[in-house]
Amino acid sequence: MKQKPRVAVFDFADCEGCELEIADLEEEILDLIEIADIVSFREVMKEHSDSYDIAIVEGSIMRPMDEKRLRSIRSRAKILIALGACATMGGVNKIRNQWMPDEVKNEVYGTANLKGNELFDVFQTKALNEVVPVDYYIYGCPIDRDEFKSVITAIALGKKPDIPRYPVCVECKKNENICQFELGAFCLGPITRAGCKAICPTHNSPCEGCRGLIKKADTECVKEVLERYKLSYEDIRRRCTMYNYGRKECSYDE
Amino acid sequence: MSKDFSVHVEHVTRVEGHGNIILDVKNGKIEKLQWNVVEAPRFFEAMLRGQHYNELRPITSRICGICSIGHSLASLKATEDALGVKITSQTATLRRLAIHAENMQSHILHIGYLVVPDLFGAGSVFSLLGKHTDTVLKVVKLHRLANEMSDLICGRTIHPIRLVVGGFSLQPTEKQLIQLKKRLLEAQELTMELAPVILSVAGNLPSFTRETEYIGLTSDEEYSLYEGDIASTDTGRHPNYREYKEIMQEYIVPHSTAKYAKHARESYMVGALARFNLNSRQLHPVAQDIASLFKLKAINYNPFMNTIAQLAEFAHSIQDSISLIDILVDQGIKQEKPVKPAKKAGRGVGIVEVPRGILVHDYTLNSQGYCTKANCIIPTNQNHANIQKDMEKLVPEIINRPEKEIELTLEMLVRAYDPCISCSTHYLDVSFK
Repeated sequence: MKQKPRVAVFDFADCEGCELEIADLEEEILDLIEIADIVSFREVMKEHSDSYDIAIVEGSIMRPMDEKRLRSIRSRAKILIALGACATMGGVNKIRNQWMPDEVKNEVYGTANLKGNELFDVFQTKALNEVVPVDYYIYGCPIDRDEFKSVITAIALGKKPDIPRYPVCVECKKNENICQFELGAFCLGPITRAGCKAICPTHNSPCEGCRGLIKKADTECVKEVLERYKLSYEDIRRRCTMYNYGRKECSYDE
Repeated sequence: MSKDFSVHVEHVTRVEGHGNIILDVKNGKIEKLQWNVVEAPRFFEAMLRGQHYNELRPITSRICGICSIGHSLASLKATEDALGVKITSQTATLRRLAIHAENMQSHILHIGYLVVPDLFGAGSVFSLLGKHTDTVLKVVKLHRLANEMSDLICGRTIHPIRLVVGGFSLQPTEKQLIQLKKRLLEAQELTMELAPVILSVAGNLPSFTRETEYIGLTSDEEYSLYEGDIASTDTGRHPNYREYKEIMQEYIVPHSTAKYAKHARESYMVGALARFNLNSRQLHPVAQDIASLFKLKAINYNPFMNTIAQLAEFAHSIQDSISLIDILVDQGIKQEKPVKPAKKAGRGVGIVEVPRGILVHDYTLNSQGYCTKANCIIPTNQNHANIQKDMEKLVPEIINRPEKEIELTLEMLVRAYDPCISCSTHYLDVSFK
């Protein structure tokens, strides 16, 4: 049998919720250990190795020191996977990009003299692919555990993971939910990438767009939803500010 | 014995977030000893400016994956305080269940996955498999139950969905609650089986003490988690919750991207041990039994006992959840719509106890209902100074031991606090002392 790939998990600026989703697989982690060796995962293990094939990286990049660490991880890994909204698109961390770093620092630290202190040397929030090439993306805030399992299994077996290119509405309809627009809410489901099983509308909350925007052409299947509520792709995009701040229409290769 | 050595632990493992321990010893004297938080700052308070009141809960939930339910509840309480929203008694009961679910989830994760490996001399829960599979599976089962309970009440454990301003977007059914109660009763048995296993290795918890101040919520009605007054073991009760800054005095140190805090002394502690020291008499008898099994009595000044206080709280949360479900089932659970705000502008403060201690959210909203100013005080920030002071007392006591042992003991100390470093670097508006 071929040797199992060695997997390491790393994190940058984020809430570590996506890593926790991995830990929350509970005994199903044991199935993953069947197909891959976990050699580093700081949040749950002391053991660490710098020799790995696959790096799973969570979080956004905020400082030169983080860029340096990410580049070093990239140079060791054959495959780099961005995990969760902060890593794949910058996530909520990008909300602050509407201001310059000095302005946010000023709001937060007042007049404190932080010059030359690399810990505080922040630039505008970046997703991983604004610093290094990323091979695969696992979307969501947080990620969906089932999708994580299927993507990792595919990659470990050398196959291309299957990530949906259709909107959340498709999954929402499958769940037989009443449309959030019908209930008077503003939902980002029509232009947001599916794969989350429409979890938010299923719990009677509108979609916040945490899995990123799909291409306009791929919203054809929800044309009637948009027409019924007199909305255009652009109308919804304008409301897409919690997770997609400053982002253009997504490219699926990213 | 005089010796030269250094202990540099970069990125302490099995904690949430990035922290370093630096210890330099020359001729047997400590030259440098620092607990450094190096996590990247995230500027949440700055990001909240300009956000509508309905968005504050989902955004602040993202401060922390482990305590996202706690952040959500503090956020909702602050928003509702600002907008004059009076929630229903069913909402209050369901929120208490949500807080128990998170406390259970977080505590068992910390006890079972993060601390117990040290007590068995293992590097992670994975290396406990084989020899201690039975114990690991018990922990896994309890952790899974706590997660599924969070899923049921909140829609999702990590970044809850159903928690909204004024109530819930969706409530569990009576049938689901009755099913949950059955599983909680089983969980209680499992916990009683797990306690002696932990007791058998509890001798490996360092016997270290340092007198300090403990701060948490307290209430006449219950073991306070969702509601109560701020209280201190040094200065008693402080009923004016809006003046929390007088108690939680935050300040900056240059080697840390998280803020530090002090009150009556140079540091204080928050979290399970603080709550236990303040309110242990209100714990459910089953939880008190667990505490006595480990000879944990208030006031206890050993930070390593925080893990045992968590275990007692875990048992308490199971029992109290069962009582809360009985209340909901007796009264009949209704699908209630969230209560609408009475006004749009105002300042509101929300305080809850989350797994790692007392948490404050403070928002000012303008007449359109948008946030103009935000402040959050995070449990782990309040503990950083106490960790540093503990290290300063602990290192001289163990300085003649082998370096590896000193390193492990210091790591265990950090882990005992169950720090949540992502939370603590969310960043705040700052005043220099």
